[in-house]
Amino acid sequence: MSSQKNLSEEFLKGIWKENPVFIQVLGMCPMLAVTNTAVNAIAMGVATAFVLIGSSFLVSLLRKVIAKPVRISTYIVIIATFVTVADYSIEAFSPALHRELGAFIALIVVNCLILGRQEAYASKNTIRYSLADAAGMSVGFAFALFCLGATREILGFGTFFGSPLFGEHFEPWVIMALPPGGFLMLGFVLLFFNWIEQRKKGVTA
Amino acid sequence: MSDLAWIFISALLVNNFTLYYFLGLCPFFGVSSKVSVAVRLGLATIFVMIITSLAATFLTTFILPHAPYLKLISFIIVIASTVQFVEMVIKKLSPTLFRAMGIFLPLITTNCAILFLALTQTSKDYTLVQGLVFALGAGGGFTIALALMAGLREEGELSKVPNMVKGTALNMIIAGLLSLAFMGFAGLFSS
Repeated sequence: MSSQKNLSEEFLKGIWKENPVFIQVLGMCPMLAVTNTAVNAIAMGVATAFVLIGSSFLVSLLRKVIAKPVRISTYIVIIATFVTVADYSIEAFSPALHRELGAFIALIVVNCLILGRQEAYASKNTIRYSLADAAGMSVGFAFALFCLGATREILGFGTFFGSPLFGEHFEPWVIMALPPGGFLMLGFVLLFFNWIEQRKKGVTA
Repeated sequence: MSDLAWIFISALLVNNFTLYYFLGLCPFFGVSSKVSVAVRLGLATIFVMIITSLAATFLTTFILPHAPYLKLISFIIVIASTVQFVEMVIKKLSPTLFRAMGIFLPLITTNCAILFLALTQTSKDYTLVQGLVFALGAGGGFTIALALMAGLREEGELSKVPNMVKGTALNMIIAGLLSLAFMGFAGLFSS
């Protein structure tokens, strides 16, 4: 249980095998709401990573102290504290970004991914493993956010990180940057994953 | 008066919490397999929203001016306790419904629509009445979206769908089309 390989496995599983968005379909609200440009998606990913890693550390540290019946409330208060820190820091460092992401920074509190990891992992494992798990999940989440954000920005605005990709004849596919585009895009991404799974099964069967 | 109507319709249809702001998606995909359960979960959510709205008005008037950094924490604690209360009531009154809702009842706590409601209400400086109307509209909108989705999915159960598309992928695409349809309401206020 304590070998180095195990630690890296805990980290890696969040990125692909148990990717929070593509496989577990968690944390979709921020996922869809802020992914209309790549920059927003990355900012959201970083903020979520900070909260997830911070609260996983604290929960894992306190896991023997927290009483079972009130554990969920305790986790939420811990998470809310970290989100408040993140909210105020982003406001201080980059007011423009803060305006862009709006209430969705505060809404990290109710991201089911974070609470889910506390309940399912951090409350049962040592600090080292919890940190590895949280880091893996954060990277996986940020990766998914970035994929969706970049695709929607390219299709919806014809830009990538704000710089135009196509010539001036490009007609932006506006719907992709609007709310329905988020649902549709994620639907197609999940479809793609299902397709890969089916192909794999088809080969082995 | 027209102001109140505007807030209500806007939260109900035009800026529908679920289909426009992407809030409350976990129950939206999780509990939308049967219309009857979906409607009841919607009603429970409306109730929690109204209590939260009252509490948020109270908190922003009396407490938060002294300690603005407690905003998130105090809101979430209010929501968590209200949900706990609703859970106990439903468990007592209708054990069947309690089982049907399963994990999604306590998860109303982490329904982002409710926290978003409290935060929006605070940032827009709504009065007590405006806040209540806003909560009613938003909760109603959530319920409508949930019921529509459940209706579509009940129909979908009967049709032949390729294996690959079944499940979340199909639900996402249905939700996308619903959201597209709701965008039509944006025209209500343009003129």
